[in-house]
Amino acid sequence: MPDATFLDSTELVLNMGPQHPSTHGVLRVILKLDGEKVLGTDCVIGYLHRGVEKIAENRTYAQFNPYVDRMDYVAAISNGLGYCLAVEKLLNVEAPPRAQVVRVILTELNRIASHLLWLGTHALDIGAITPVFYCLREREEALKIFEKYCGARLTTHAFRIGGLLYETYEGFEREVRDFCKMFVPKVDEYEELLTNNRIWKARLIGVGILSAEECKEYGVTGPVLRAAGVKWDLRKAQPYSGYEKYDFEIPTRANGDTYDRYVVRMQEMRQAVRIMEQAVEAIPEGPIMGKVGKVIKPPVGEAYVSIEAPKGELGYYVVSDGSTQPYRCRVRPPSFVNLQALDRMIRGGLVADVVAVIGTLDIVLGEIDR
Amino acid sequence: MFKLLKKIFLVDLFQGLRVTFRNQNPKYIYTEQYPAERPQVAERYRGAPRLNNNPDNGETLCIACNLCALACPENLIVVGSERNEATRRKELTYFTYDTSRCMFCGLCEDACPVDALELTQDFELATYTREGQVWDRQMLEEGPKPTQYKC
Ligand code: SF4
Ligand code: SF4
Repeated sequence: MPDATFLDSTELVLNMGPQHPSTHGVLRVILKLDGEKVLGTDCVIGYLHRGVEKIAENRTYAQFNPYVDRMDYVAAISNGLGYCLAVEKLLNVEAPPRAQVVRVILTELNRIASHLLWLGTHALDIGAITPVFYCLREREEALKIFEKYCGARLTTHAFRIGGLLYETYEGFEREVRDFCKMFVPKVDEYEELLTNNRIWKARLIGVGILSAEECKEYGVTGPVLRAAGVKWDLRKAQPYSGYEKYDFEIPTRANGDTYDRYVVRMQEMRQAVRIMEQAVEAIPEGPIMGKVGKVIKPPVGEAYVSIEAPKGELGYYVVSDGSTQPYRCRVRPPSFVNLQALDRMIRGGLVADVVAVIGTLDIVLGEIDR
Repeated sequence: MFKLLKKIFLVDLFQGLRVTFRNQNPKYIYTEQYPAERPQVAERYRGAPRLNNNPDNGETLCIACNLCALACPENLIVVGSERNEATRRKELTYFTYDTSRCMFCGLCEDACPVDALELTQDFELATYTREGQVWDRQMLEEGPKPTQYKC
């Protein structure tokens, strides 16, 4: 006779992933459950490990550029910007003004594309199926601009060290303007679907709370940090690529729960449109490539550059030994650091909220496993 | 009171439904009917590689300089060349390009000094075998010939 009756609680260890669709890739979460309650989680990562940092040591600086797109493939352009800025800092060159403005436009467009994919899949996880269709529809418009600009939609390889390779195409400004005009009413549409929806609110408010102190302890950045009320955005704090010229706000919220993170990201999309609108009016004439030789051979030294990627602080640390290949390239991916807070956010919660919390962290496994 | 009425009459849900119905308009159909309706990719699209011939005399433009092979991060291009004693120039003998390892980054295309190698707008690269992914010179010059379906 087993001793356990239905009154006893027994711990159940449940494996979620790596093929679970709501883990947004190949994340495996080991859940310790007491009935519906989560007692603890353990993340197993590395299923998508390709050794990108090691690959960097065997490639020249220019050759490594396409690989960084494959880390956070949802925001490939931001990755490219981070890497190019780091190598430019090593070389002590700066991209010409025209290149910087085009970079800002494309990175902000990529921020929107990334947030749209996040919104669609996050809503899908929670049970609202409609937004994903609308989000992908608008994301398509952004991807079309990428395709026309650089010839690829996802892993773009859009920027080169020292500036840009591709000149903007005919009608680039008009299309970006059209996108901005088209996009703001669409955000209103998503908000109409979700913001006041009672099911959406019931599933999100008070779920996965992470306070500002905890965010700082874990080193969490990006929208997760801002939803906890910390006004920290690297575009304002350490402006790069001419972000100091644009007028935009850092949206913050106070509670740090899943709903607040949703609101912050929605606001961020509106701010990204604002930046794009200002930038597209101010594209200066001039060269697009800085003074970089054909063979990139930075002097001995090291450089760390961090940028505000859609998911948080994305840092590139490149060490040069004076040869044509990086001695070491270390990436500080935002998703990897943000994922560490998962256990804190979900402990004591319900098993149904696990997917909501994984979704709200907006992780990309390509970046976590590298 | 107002809040309660709002809650009873499901205002928030109908608000969402309104958006859904607004989007029922057939004008808003975005899905491409792929095999029947082929997308027009952008002019700069980086798709299937092509080794261009000189349109005037049909000779290859490639001068077998090997720069594309050196530029490629994946080392997937192999250029074979032979010195032609009569003209005293290097001539291309074979050229293989392994599309299964290619990430279509465009670095080889940028490196080519004579615009012989080009990434074209063809995007249908699927094959039935792994060997079929390795393109030889003939394939690169002719380009892929995908089956086209008409509905
Ligand atoms: S596109 Fe990139 S990966 Fe492909 S052959 Fe050219 S350089 Fe190599
Ligand atoms: S770089 Fe151009 S010319 Fe040189 S070997 Fe390659 S395809 Fe031929």
